[in-house]
Amino acid sequence: MVLDDHSATAVVSRRTRISKRVRREIVVGWLFVLPALLMYAVFVLIPFLLSIHYSFFRWDGVGPMTWVGLKNYVTVFQVPDLLGTIVNAFWLVVWFSLIPVGLGLVVASVIHRVAPGRLGAIARTVLFLPQVIPLVAAGIIWGWLLALPGLINQILKAIGLGSITRAWLGDFDWALPSVGVIGIWVLLGFCTVLLLTGMTKVDPALYESARIDGAGWFREFVDITIPLLRYEIGVCLTVTVINALAAFDIVYVSTAGGPGNSTAVPGIQIYILAFTERQIGLASALAVMLMILVVIVIIPIQRLSQEIKQ
Amino acid sequence: MRVSRSELWAGRAFLVSLMVFTILPFISIFTTALHPSGTVPNGLDWPANPQWGNFVEAFKVAQMPALLVSSTFIVLAVVPVSIIISTMAGFAIGLLRIPGASVLLSLFVFGLTLPFPGIIIPIYILERAIRIYNTRLAIVLPLIALYMPFAVFWMRAHFVNMPTEISEAARVDGATTWDLFWHIHVPLARPPIASLGILMSVWTWNQFLLALVLVEDPTQRTMAGALGAFQGHYATDIPLLCAGTLLILLPTLIIFILFQRQIITALLQGSVKG
Repeated sequence: MVLDDHSATAVVSRRTRISKRVRREIVVGWLFVLPALLMYAVFVLIPFLLSIHYSFFRWDGVGPMTWVGLKNYVTVFQVPDLLGTIVNAFWLVVWFSLIPVGLGLVVASVIHRVAPGRLGAIARTVLFLPQVIPLVAAGIIWGWLLALPGLINQILKAIGLGSITRAWLGDFDWALPSVGVIGIWVLLGFCTVLLLTGMTKVDPALYESARIDGAGWFREFVDITIPLLRYEIGVCLTVTVINALAAFDIVYVSTAGGPGNSTAVPGIQIYILAFTERQIGLASALAVMLMILVVIVIIPIQRLSQEIKQ
Repeated sequence: MRVSRSELWAGRAFLVSLMVFTILPFISIFTTALHPSGTVPNGLDWPANPQWGNFVEAFKVAQMPALLVSSTFIVLAVVPVSIIISTMAGFAIGLLRIPGASVLLSLFVFGLTLPFPGIIIPIYILERAIRIYNTRLAIVLPLIALYMPFAVFWMRAHFVNMPTEISEAARVDGATTWDLFWHIHVPLARPPIASLGILMSVWTWNQFLLALVLVEDPTQRTMAGALGAFQGHYATDIPLLCAGTLLILLPTLIIFILFQRQIITALLQGSVKG
């Protein structure tokens, strides 16, 4: 009897001790997350919610806020200059994402096939160089290269194409593709090196046997490289698409959205609306649409690459 | 190797031409920087009389020493704090697996898709309200926060793969959660922490939008932000602008050439995990 009693209290006290310890551990665990969560909440999550909130008001940032419902969103759809930024954003996806990834695949497969040694290593490093400099610097450098007396026109004149020289970034039709070329210059090395890393993981026997069968570069590229690198291609697309849609630095420095609105992207337009025209509500509506746009574009890419991973 | 000779040379020529495409812009601004200040030279002409003094002039007008100090200060404030708090959070989510860990993880991952310009307006208004606008803190605090989605995700990916035996053995020896973290798991996490540190340093140094919107004084900004201001002032003096740009690029280029292997690896792992 005494013994039983004793063991019963021991069990009870051990149980309370365990649950106390577990509870303590949960609290300690949450304390570990707290600093990161707090910073993230104050400077990212709350601003995210505030962006949505502001988008329903007319506000100059200082005076009183006037509730306007969905009017700011209607304005974005009605004013061609605002809707045009979304169209331009999709063009930038082509220049800052699809072309660098496509070209990167070609370059990576060429390095893999003809330059596995020294030349390939040098090419990797050199092509990667623009990725580490600030995008602002890339914008300034290319702003000069694409100017009327700049290098691009000098080369065109030298090869007898003097008739098409122009101030590329000041031309309504050519400004956006010119900005696109800057993006290719910056991103090609990143995509190449990323895809090349993926290729080195592919069983070399696959390439070897294809070559024994006499497969040329193109067959090898279509039959082995593209299907087996689908995961890396997905990653590369995700990263570059988010950056393309959120583009700001290169465009701001090289054209500031001009001439006219021909290179204005959402990032630039948000900046101009908010910080020079003081239309906080309208700028926020565009910001919210940009955030929705990113999610809409990213989800299918993620789905595809996740499926492959499994 | 069953690659034909002609293909070999075609491929090499292709690679070399791409390398030229990558390098020429740097050479062009270098030769331009050596022309007399205020002139408009051609894109790739070697000057008759190289003006090395342009670099001295640009060094002075760009206030390089002040810029270096400011950028270094911002990096030193942002990177260690980001590393410590994201490592702690990654440890709790990935290894301790506290209740709610998966919700927390999704919350942080959500931040990876947020485009920067989308939240810049509220950050600006918030900083005016708490009176840190136009100080270095205005860049430091949001930057730490903006790195959290990636950094927590990154550190969690490391901790979630750590074998549980290590922690269990330490627990038996009576280690507290803090001991477990500080004395056992942080030393083991050095490689991912180092990569994260490199990545965040490069990103901070090159950060432009936050600097542009939140700090007016170029000498309180990051390198990229200061470069933007420099361009605003000297847009018409092309040789001086090129000289200044090269000077501002120099630290990044030197660091890249010294640590290229680590930087490339870090940036790649960063994108694959992200």
